[in-house]
Amino acid sequence: MTDTITIDDHQVPFEAGQTIMEAARAAGLYIEHLCYNPAYQPHGSCKLCSVKVDGVIQTACTMPAIAGQKVESDSPEMKSRRKTLVEMIFAEGNHYCAFCIKSGSCDLQALAYHLDMHENSFNHRYPVRVIDASHPDLILDHDRCIFCGLCIRASRDQDHKNVFTMAGRGKATRLAVNSETGKLGDSTIAADDAAAHVCPVGAIMPRRGAYSTPIGERYFDARGIDEIDNASGKL
Amino acid sequence: MEVFERADLAAAVVTAGGQHGNDPHNALQVCLQLQQQFSCVPADAVPMLAHQLHTTTGHITSLVSFYSFLSETPRGLYDLYISDSISDHMQGSRQLLHRLCLALGVRPGEPRLDGRVTVSPTYCTGLCDQGPAGLVNGHPLTRLDDSRIDTISRLIENAVPLDQWPRELFTVEHRIYRRDLLLGTPLERGDALRSIADQTPEEVLRELAASGLNGRGGARFPTALKWRMCREASSETRYVVCNADEGEPGTFKDRVLLADYADDVIEGMTVCARVIGAREGFIYLRGEYAWLRPHLEWVLQRRRGNDLLGDAILGDSNWQFDISIHMGAGAYICGEESALIESLEGKRGTPRNRPPYPVTAGYLQQPTVVNNVETLFSAAHIAARGSAWFGTSGAGGTKLHSVSGHCERPGIYEFPVGCSVGEVVTAAGGDGAIAVQVAGAAGELLLAEEFQRCIDLNTLKTSGSFIIFGPDHDLFTTTANFTRFFAHETCGFCAPCRTGTQLARSVVDRMAAGRAFGRDREAIDRLIDVTPALSHCGLGGTAMNPLRDLRDKCPQRYQALFSEDDTSVLHFDLEQELSEIKTLTGEIPEAEQ
Repeated sequence: MTDTITIDDHQVPFEAGQTIMEAARAAGLYIEHLCYNPAYQPHGSCKLCSVKVDGVIQTACTMPAIAGQKVESDSPEMKSRRKTLVEMIFAEGNHYCAFCIKSGSCDLQALAYHLDMHENSFNHRYPVRVIDASHPDLILDHDRCIFCGLCIRASRDQDHKNVFTMAGRGKATRLAVNSETGKLGDSTIAADDAAAHVCPVGAIMPRRGAYSTPIGERYFDARGIDEIDNASGKL
Repeated sequence: MEVFERADLAAAVVTAGGQHGNDPHNALQVCLQLQQQFSCVPADAVPMLAHQLHTTTGHITSLVSFYSFLSETPRGLYDLYISDSISDHMQGSRQLLHRLCLALGVRPGEPRLDGRVTVSPTYCTGLCDQGPAGLVNGHPLTRLDDSRIDTISRLIENAVPLDQWPRELFTVEHRIYRRDLLLGTPLERGDALRSIADQTPEEVLRELAASGLNGRGGARFPTALKWRMCREASSETRYVVCNADEGEPGTFKDRVLLADYADDVIEGMTVCARVIGAREGFIYLRGEYAWLRPHLEWVLQRRRGNDLLGDAILGDSNWQFDISIHMGAGAYICGEESALIESLEGKRGTPRNRPPYPVTAGYLQQPTVVNNVETLFSAAHIAARGSAWFGTSGAGGTKLHSVSGHCERPGIYEFPVGCSVGEVVTAAGGDGAIAVQVAGAAGELLLAEEFQRCIDLNTLKTSGSFIIFGPDHDLFTTTANFTRFFAHETCGFCAPCRTGTQLARSVVDRMAAGRAFGRDREAIDRLIDVTPALSHCGLGGTAMNPLRDLRDKCPQRYQALFSEDDTSVLHFDLEQELSEIKTLTGEIPEAEQ
């Protein structure tokens, strides 16, 4: 007999060492997330996977599953908080979905639709951020960066290159590149590195081929992020 | 702009690195040494530092851009900070800052072109009892007024070396107005160590548990339980860390303890080390208290000479423990224990994911006790005198309060745990007070009708900050000051805190300018719900308290901050749109911070 936790109305089995997120995914339950990616160590920074565990809010991606936990994820209260949080993230950066080449395959955009965010009630900050176009095969567009740290983890743990790091503090937080000039073109990143493809938004994008998949035929155009994530089709 | 010779930089990097074992865990300490030498960490030195410390350029950049007291460009011969913490603010710190900037011909935060001086606003320098206060090249400036500001600007214009400045500018007084159990009965050096020398760690822990001592930094975690968990974690190596990073606006009790009672604090660390089995400890000293470092180093050295620290404590070669001092560099978040540990390891101070907790995986992933200065100070007294003695003043002993603001006698007050807010107000001569902020920006605003509330374990936790507001004070000033403080200090790691504090700040700025609308009211309600609920640590957990308290406790003042709704202007803020160009043309001064 395996141990179980309860997520909303579902009895979910788990294996020792699994987090709540891992147990939920294995059971086909979707918990919203941006900085989590099963291929990498959890980061716990986007806080979208916040759930109530026996009444205490925890991030599902970092919280170990313990037998008997009662997890509240899909409640109106937590859903509404996630929606507000997505609005807050949109207000922080410069996210021009209408003409973004990532449109239709962007996790942030897909999450917004999934959470019924149709407008942003917060004032946008419109920060001034500079594009790094120094790399021949990649574009680093800081406007769209949400500081999820996935590229940092992918470059460090999978590519073993340690190309990225987080710099700045607070509102000046920025993704920094580990090279003498701080430019992507002077780093060791290559177009086929995992770090070049892991960005959930459009901050790190390969050059050329932006419209090889036409808008309308991209993977979130047909199905919601919850369905795709459940099927693990994308990740 | 000053250009540094590469040879000078290379020599400085080799020296500073060598003094710190060329260890990447000491990267922050090495950067601070360069900052002191060059008034910045020059861009050309970054690759050199990376090479010398066996780390990456990104690591160095990530530090220089994170800590307030590290800068990428030179701040000049004189590096000044004027505190804009609320108690300094109430005493006119803003006007003083502008007077100084005007006299020197600089804008806040911008170096003068001749490389002479930079003047920046900063938050609490831990001198609220003798403000308005500031720092020059790390030295404290107290009781600033127009005449002192004019003196300072003359000294700077004449390039007078700091050691020739009038001494009274730097005088720091440690005023204790109420002594109780701890401050009223001084310890002889070594008392605590001698009394536990024949006890087992178990006996010391039992006594400490019986005393009811809990974390004096504000979280109130039972101290004996923390020590026990660390002791029982499986590892060969354990550490004791003294959290001397008191950054909560309005608190300065740790400054007084470190200045006048350093022996007791160090003795508390030594007791802890004995109990948990640690041979190495750290004092993590906030950057604003760098001026206390020579004194602390001297006390440590004297204790080594007296067999109270080092290779054979009380002559027992099996009892070894030593302490080194690590400097903070201007980051409030490092008061959070896991962020402090990250900073000790030479990284950015971002709080870790928990579990695991520091007691099982702390410094270098080894079991670590992190205790506040006052906790360790109290623990030394309990070890020397026993739990019953500590308990005589009621359950849980006594607590130090740093009292500032509108009162006759700002200073330190030691009261039994459970005293009322009103008792402290009265003792300090805060007649006519309309409100008190207990526990700093992260704490709670208490109106006069709540002064009967007790400062105890369950209902009103405090780190010891106690700021009194007199009858003429506009409480929105406090809300705005604290909200901007959190926006400045958020580490940026988690989305709800990073974005929530910025959004709150922008609303508060518009409130101050009379341009907040009904839509902003809804935004605040949502931020007050979501930011604390979803944030990673206590900073985000408390960052909305100031707005929440104003909304819930001062509804009239709060409502008055919103203008009549005018949907035609909701999405277009003319002043905001023009602010950048107006700043460039000098029409309005550079926004502070």
